[in-house]
Amino acid sequence: MADYKWPDASKRALMGKRHSRIDGPEKVSGRAKYTHDRKLPGMLYGRIVRCPHAHAKVMSVDTSAAEKMPGVKAVTVIQGPGKEIQWAGDEIVAIAATDENIARDAARSVKVVYEQLPHLVHEEDISKAGDRASAPEEKTEGDPDKGFKEADVVSEGTYGLPVITHCTLESHGSLNAWEGEDKLLAYISTQAVSDVGSGYAQPLKIPAANVHIVQDHVGGGFGSKFTTDRWDVEAAVLAKKAGKPVRMVLDRDEELMVAGARPSTFAKVRVAAKKDGTILAWDSTSWGTGGLTGAGAPPIPYCWRIPYRLKHYAITTNIGAARAWRAPNHPQACYITMCALEDLAAALKMDPLDFFLKNIEMTAPRANLYKEELLKAAEMMEWKKKWHPRGDPTPGHIKRGLGLSIHTWGGRGHPSENRVTINPDGSVSCELGSQDLGTGTRTVIAIVAAETLGLPINAITVKIGDNKYPRSGGSGGSTTVGGVSASTRRASVDALALLLQKVAPALNADPAKLEAVGGKIQVQGDPTKSMTWKQACAKLGATPVVASGKCVGGRDELTNQGVGGVQMAEVTVDTETGIVRIERFVAVQDVGYLISLKTAESQMYGAITMGIGYSLYEEKIMDEQTGRMLNPNMEFYKLPGIGDIGRIMVHMVMNKEQDDRGVIGLGEPPVVSPGAAIGNAVANAIGIRVPNLPLAPERVLAALEKKGGLS
Amino acid sequence: MARSRNPETKPRKGLSRRAFLSRGAGLAIAAPIVTDTGLPAPQGAAADVKILGPEKIPIALRVNGKAHTLSVEPRVTLLEALRTHLDYTGAKQVCDRGTCGACTVIIGGKEINACAVLAVEAQGKDILTIEGLSTTGKLHPIQEAFIEHDATQCGFCTPGFVVACKAFLDKNPNPTMADVEKGLGGNLCRCGTYVGIREAVLSAAKTMKGGRANG
Repeated sequence: MADYKWPDASKRALMGKRHSRIDGPEKVSGRAKYTHDRKLPGMLYGRIVRCPHAHAKVMSVDTSAAEKMPGVKAVTVIQGPGKEIQWAGDEIVAIAATDENIARDAARSVKVVYEQLPHLVHEEDISKAGDRASAPEEKTEGDPDKGFKEADVVSEGTYGLPVITHCTLESHGSLNAWEGEDKLLAYISTQAVSDVGSGYAQPLKIPAANVHIVQDHVGGGFGSKFTTDRWDVEAAVLAKKAGKPVRMVLDRDEELMVAGARPSTFAKVRVAAKKDGTILAWDSTSWGTGGLTGAGAPPIPYCWRIPYRLKHYAITTNIGAARAWRAPNHPQACYITMCALEDLAAALKMDPLDFFLKNIEMTAPRANLYKEELLKAAEMMEWKKKWHPRGDPTPGHIKRGLGLSIHTWGGRGHPSENRVTINPDGSVSCELGSQDLGTGTRTVIAIVAAETLGLPINAITVKIGDNKYPRSGGSGGSTTVGGVSASTRRASVDALALLLQKVAPALNADPAKLEAVGGKIQVQGDPTKSMTWKQACAKLGATPVVASGKCVGGRDELTNQGVGGVQMAEVTVDTETGIVRIERFVAVQDVGYLISLKTAESQMYGAITMGIGYSLYEEKIMDEQTGRMLNPNMEFYKLPGIGDIGRIMVHMVMNKEQDDRGVIGLGEPPVVSPGAAIGNAVANAIGIRVPNLPLAPERVLAALEKKGGLS
Repeated sequence: MARSRNPETKPRKGLSRRAFLSRGAGLAIAAPIVTDTGLPAPQGAAADVKILGPEKIPIALRVNGKAHTLSVEPRVTLLEALRTHLDYTGAKQVCDRGTCGACTVIIGGKEINACAVLAVEAQGKDILTIEGLSTTGKLHPIQEAFIEHDATQCGFCTPGFVVACKAFLDKNPNPTMADVEKGLGGNLCRCGTYVGIREAVLSAAKTMKGGRANG
């Protein structure tokens, strides 16, 4: 049985070190092709006519003017008379025309009559939800009543996170071309190259095997691009009708209105402790919306095993459909839990770092890891030197504060198969139906194959982004790195073994005694008996070596799950303007066996930056009157800029213990804690809790006013 | 309202470009209106008010030193002309209203959001796009620095950011971190590559100065 085990640190030439991503050159030169950049001869441009009302019934649709317009090649009614529409922006009519502007003109000429129905787009105040609130979901663990009875201190608070969007820079879309009657070629912006095709197959009534998916690069996904959307399928329908390929990509306003939203969560929390800081009990009532589906109960209390009683209401609203947003439900649960605990620490007049450490056994089974990470983060932040009790006593209107948080995530590898080919000319390719969201998937695959074959990284050609390659899972749940690294490792080990068999006679050695190191095949421990990689591959004659390797998903010795992670924020708050600035941000993260350090650090920086976005700026703001999104653009749906992120310091936990765990995903865990760490830092700075994210100036000023003064 | 030197970097007061275009769709567009950006007027515009459009009109663009003639409606933006009518797809359409910088090109030494300029306005000027930064097959020092400091993730904002960095460093060869944070505030990234970009810009500044010092 071949030995696929990850090599120890002492035996690694490449893994765990910093390497530049292999698709960097094409990305920085503008050569990288995205779905938006694809063109085909005769291609038409698709547009969607969208409903302007949050809740309405379609009475009539008149597309006659559009159909007569020169350049319009196909029109379909998606939701005709009688259909009930549940959010502003839902699809009514699809149009394909020879030119993008003609398609827009045609869309404007479509006349739709609606009967408006009552809508609900706000859920922050649950008392106004009426019958839109579900029956409560209730759950109890341990004996919270006993805890509250024994408590010396009970802290109460309200905490909330509004609906936000994904705002991927490449909006959703696809280019769809029929190849014959029942074969579709789709360039689609997706997180799931191998699986997204089935979303076309069913509505178009063609076999899934007849859908060819291609995607070299994707301009962001963050959980919003796993399946086909109605506009993709309708574009394929238009393409069939017109006999021409149709490209359908969303405008920014459509992207923000309909192509992705993270459910909101609000909670009223009571949490109790003894005088010495021992946490005793948790009681919360929470609610939230993900549009028509409501929102699932957040996993609170998060990370801490506290006896609890929970009640959760899902509220259905007319805001559009929710989608998985990087670490679904975790940022919400984390913010509510860590803020409630920080408020409890403040009530106890304890430093929250000491408070967390005192109760750390309640974070079992990761208590030791969290302790180690908390201490490391505290050292990086100079926590003990900088921390002060609630309310910065420094005179003036700039107040400084510190906050902390801990988080967790799974991240075990998904099913993946890699086909590794070693060619007689020495070239090596990896083929897998995976995708690189910018996380560095291509680079990870190349590093693992190169390490295993004793080659430099640039000797490996990585072929992904095509569902004709062996299947690899969608990139969600931080499962990609575990899946593709395990399949690549196995395929590379097996391909090498086949090569060594061919080479062994020439070196007069047992193939089992050969190794691939530094671009050579040599007898183990005897570099004098060796040949170069090229010479070795030439022994293959005319036949390449091909080997497939799999990660089957589930239990797999090469990948694992369950990380911790600690983050600390230092902020300043201007109490005159309410503006919060990030000064310094510290993140300590374990990630098992780390393959690509540079791109891993980039995941950390990126997730923290995204976290700063939802902490300070982002909110899908809905208009109560019209039920429409008020800020479907990038002026008012604000993302952080290059000057908004302060100084971010990242530390990856790398040691033997982590190596022994196997590879674990990283895309999601570091985006979980920023809201809580920043929210706690603001409370520490100004001396009062700002209950709801984003911590926009008006919310900070409202909290200060409630406190009764500026300082 | 006084004419701003660089109005296309800000949303126009009162009327968005899209609204302007849609209202203009059924009307002919007079040349003096479309020259209201500070960019040079099409030939002959000042002498007689020549009516352009709404049909396609011939225009000439000089992109990365190469001359192109194309036939577009006057409402076509420079970004659309580059991406759709030509094959310069490096500049991306993201916000489509001059907010995010993903479509940044350099016109006359100045960084411009190509989504907020009409193609007809961009005639007679040198347009530099991301594709023009590494024509000799060798990457520009800024591009090298972006790779070295991992200043790209999904890469969708990257071409616009690289071009914006070029315009920035041309004007600020010795930037401080604070200069970088202020000067590149017009470009947005969703993956969060700013940490790498800051380092890349500072490092490219050093390399480029070194290059000049060594002749």
